[in-house]
Amino acid sequence: MSYEGVPGLVETIEAHGETTLVVDPARLLEAARHLRDSLGFNFLSDVAAADYLGWGEGDVSGYIGTRAGRDLNHPATFGLQAVPATKPKRFSMSYHLLALGPNARRVRLQTWVNEDEAVPSVIEIWPTADWHEREAWDLMGITITGHPNLKRILLEDDWEGHPLRKDYPIGGEPVRFSEAE
Amino acid sequence: MAVAPEQTRGVIYEGTRIPSPIPTVLRVSDELTATGDVMQVNFGPNHPSTHGVLRLIVDLYGEDVVGLEAVIGYLHTGFEKSMEQKSWWKAITYPERVDYLSFQANEMAFVMAIEKLLDQDIPEKATWMRMCLCELNRIHSHLVWLGTAALEIGAISMFWYAFRERETILDLFEMVTGVRMHTRYFQTGGLAEDIPTGFYAQARAFCDQMPKGVDDYEAMLDKNKIWLERTVGLGLLSADDAIALGQSGPALRASGVNWDLRRDQPYLAYDQVEFEVPVYYEGDVYARYRCHMEEMRESTKIIRQCVDRLEKMNGEPWIADNRKVVLPPREELHTSMEALIHHFKIVTEGYRVPEGEVYVTIESPRGEMGCYVVSDGGAKPWRVKFRAPSFVALEATATCMHSGFIADMIAIVGSLDTVMGEVDR
Repeated sequence: MSYEGVPGLVETIEAHGETTLVVDPARLLEAARHLRDSLGFNFLSDVAAADYLGWGEGDVSGYIGTRAGRDLNHPATFGLQAVPATKPKRFSMSYHLLALGPNARRVRLQTWVNEDEAVPSVIEIWPTADWHEREAWDLMGITITGHPNLKRILLEDDWEGHPLRKDYPIGGEPVRFSEAE
Repeated sequence: MAVAPEQTRGVIYEGTRIPSPIPTVLRVSDELTATGDVMQVNFGPNHPSTHGVLRLIVDLYGEDVVGLEAVIGYLHTGFEKSMEQKSWWKAITYPERVDYLSFQANEMAFVMAIEKLLDQDIPEKATWMRMCLCELNRIHSHLVWLGTAALEIGAISMFWYAFRERETILDLFEMVTGVRMHTRYFQTGGLAEDIPTGFYAQARAFCDQMPKGVDDYEAMLDKNKIWLERTVGLGLLSADDAIALGQSGPALRASGVNWDLRRDQPYLAYDQVEFEVPVYYEGDVYARYRCHMEEMRESTKIIRQCVDRLEKMNGEPWIADNRKVVLPPREELHTSMEALIHHFKIVTEGYRVPEGEVYVTIESPRGEMGCYVVSDGGAKPWRVKFRAPSFVALEATATCMHSGFIADMIAIVGSLDTVMGEVDR
């Protein structure tokens, strides 16, 4: 299978027996349409957003506890000491595609964005993307353009922040109805 | 190995019924709104037939459902975020609780993702035992589905019959793992414990009992006039729409798509067992029910083959011998300093998983269960994302509800086999 012709293809990564196609977010729709119509990826399995905040800094890998506390990355500890590789941008959006049918295969279509950038919606190509994209917006704060119904899905409409972001405070949720009114 | 998905025999319906522009929301037409006779009703979130806490905002015109929007999130507990705070082996307990009916399937998806990142092989005994338990789990999940889905549309006694066999399965789980649900039995590299003596005999007894159980269920439902009236021809979903909406598992196979990951993209040792993939072509609630029933029979066949294989593996290792990931055997701790250090390191710090991202999919009872895991090379997962088949199944409600009655909605939502824990995660 050759992915040479995928529009906006930046990089093809082969790892763990999986193929990742990194594309330019501006050309994501073209790439998606090409994958569906020309290469047979008719089934969108999942849309996963990930936050790579702090990758490439020294103390991310494998810490347990606070940053000021015990540093398990000290060379005396076993395991992998490598600092994780710097990523192109903060967020990745991964579209896990499946060519359902004879000669089934999977591919990961990936695009990278920063906080102030948006990803086009792929609903018109795979309608199942509706809720997946709403979830990416709700929990990770990825702005999706062209989505007909982009609102929070798992959290309440008035929730502040996007909890799956790495800079979202843990355990700091305000308790509701606790003040005398 | 892969077999082509066959085309639907006959046409379920022409064209597409996926609502536009929002694929998951059925909008009331302007003419109907103008009549002033459309009533909006909140169905749920607390309603006994919503399989937990699903809220459907339904627009009714008489008894016709003319508008529908599903609202989810009432059971959102932030599993994915919680898993990021735990070391890899502690995080294994979470996926089971995501879907409390197919705990072992979910657990396995996550464990397989860790193993894929670690490039860790597992012993043959573990492979077969995982398969055996996952199939038991499939039957367990289907039984609860059958019991509750039938209960919701009035077949109350089904519930007790289904729970009779379910009880036997839970006893088997208890025997192997010590707990009935949320077993936490799959360990990175294999199994947490060896298979107890007596399991094979009891599993065989179950394999003898189960087909008779399925006969019982079918005897009660297959020709039951009320059941047929409430399921046949309802909740139609064509093959093309099912694929476009990402449906998987029984819902997809009931629409005539011959697709099962166990056969078409085999994992574990599914390419070494014999089983059929039931496919139905009607795309209605009844076809989904039939798929579930047939799958229980096929799973029983797989369990039997697994037990046959496992019995010959007595004394073989059940977990890989990788001291950087797997706890050393208990008895070694008394004599070996090295073993003690490894034990201490793994328990306190956890093991590290090489940097990278993987996506593992398995055929869970509800369909394609995906697990996307990113590791930064540390002792905790950096990001875990589940592709929950129930979450995707609910997206099809608006399409299936095309010109249905409110009473049909119960049967249709039930037939999609959703578990709200998995939808909301």
